Amino acid sequence: MHTAQDVRFESVVVRYPGADRNAVDGVSAHVPAGSFTVLLGPSGCGKSTLLRTVNRLVVPQSGDVLVGNESVAAQIPVELRRKIGYVIQAVGLFAHMTVAQNIAVVPSLLNWDRSRTDARVDELLQLVGLDPARYRSRYPRELSGGEQQRVGVARAIAAEPPVLLMDEPFGAVDAIVRRSLQEEIRRIARSLHTTILFVTHDVDEALLLAHQIVVMRDGRVEQQGTPEELLRSPATPYVSQLFAVDPQLRRYDSLRGSV
Amino acid sequence: MTYIGHHLGEIGELTLQHLALVCAGLALALAVAALLAWLVMRVPRIDTAIFAGAGIVYVIPSLALLAIAVRYLGLGFWPVVLILAAYAQFILVRGIVTALRTVSETQLDAARGLGMSPAQEFWRVRLPQATPLLIGTVRLATVALIAIATLGGYVGAGGLGNDIFLGLQRQFLEQTLAGSIPAAGLAVIVDAALRIAEGAAVRRIGS
Repeated sequence: MHTAQDVRFESVVVRYPGADRNAVDGVSAHVPAGSFTVLLGPSGCGKSTLLRTVNRLVVPQSGDVLVGNESVAAQIPVELRRKIGYVIQAVGLFAHMTVAQNIAVVPSLLNWDRSRTDARVDELLQLVGLDPARYRSRYPRELSGGEQQRVGVARAIAAEPPVLLMDEPFGAVDAIVRRSLQEEIRRIARSLHTTILFVTHDVDEALLLAHQIVVMRDGRVEQQGTPEELLRSPATPYVSQLFAVDPQLRRYDSLRGSV
Repeated sequence: MTYIGHHLGEIGELTLQHLALVCAGLALALAVAALLAWLVMRVPRIDTAIFAGAGIVYVIPSLALLAIAVRYLGLGFWPVVLILAAYAQFILVRGIVTALRTVSETQLDAARGLGMSPAQEFWRVRLPQATPLLIGTVRLATVALIAIATLGGYVGAGGLGNDIFLGLQRQFLEQTLAGSIPAAGLAVIVDAALRIAEGAAVRRIGS
């Protein structure tokens, strides 16, 4: 059984070729092992770019990213990625593969044997709320948007990654489906031994899911802390405006039960 | 239709020769086109140069090109195979590159993010996704080659061009038809078969 690993960003700077400013501009942050940490900010603030430095889809110009105390720069990209789950907004299920084949991608890259893979696929389908007998042999085109993203999540966690990256995973589905997926990922997160790093621009989503929120703006960290800390003592006018404190606090209290 | 009736065996043999020319030409063409497409995928900025090169070959009249090939390779099978392969490049290289480039970026991003190596990404995601367009490209090229292969009749390579050109020389319409009807029939059959395969591939990848 894998155990969750922490992620540490140390003065990370990313500049895309031809850009006139840094997409990520000296970010340092610590994502505790086993936590649900949300990177929150408007589009273009660098949150997705920062996320993609963790699995080396983006390579920083300077600074370092550590997963479980090991620098990602020192690891072979494909091996690193096979132990880091990755869910994207557009889902990106492979259209020519069945649901079961999609979920089995990482196990097959890791050369799991057939029976172990099959058992794991069924277990995962159940975990994400899809009946294995009904869904195993379907193709992505036969699924609704919400069902596709459930399969996307199952595919990402198939090999029990110690770190799971989620890049606006529920941004493309309608509000009602999004709500049920959010509840679902909360439940799944509790049963997984994994660190979740989740990117969103949706304040409500961040408040619902996060143990810890990192607020980003223009490539920098504006403030980081628990939802409660950000709501009760915003460090900058931007953060206080983002959470529009009073109504959100009421909403937060009601979402989480009592504070 | 007495000529055709009396020469069915011979027409069958010429049809087989014709198919052999087309198959050999297509095989060589695919090998070369795959190599050129691989180069373009590796070094995208050379695409215009490669496409233009294939286009230049395509605008040379095929009979003239065949005459040049015969000058160096002699009469028979191989000069025809060579010009078939050369002509097909224009359709194949552009078609293969387009097919490989139109694969959805999100699926490729997912493939990389899940830890596929570049080779795994190609064989497991890019190539299967490109299959319908690839079959369509091969279909266009094959139909063109079936027509061009009739030139084999001029240079002793056999094939259905034999009857077509002999018939024309002797102003004997029925012999011309004995070559052109099966050639047209071949083109129609190959086109239909590959269309069916293309349709099946489209349904499989669901787009």
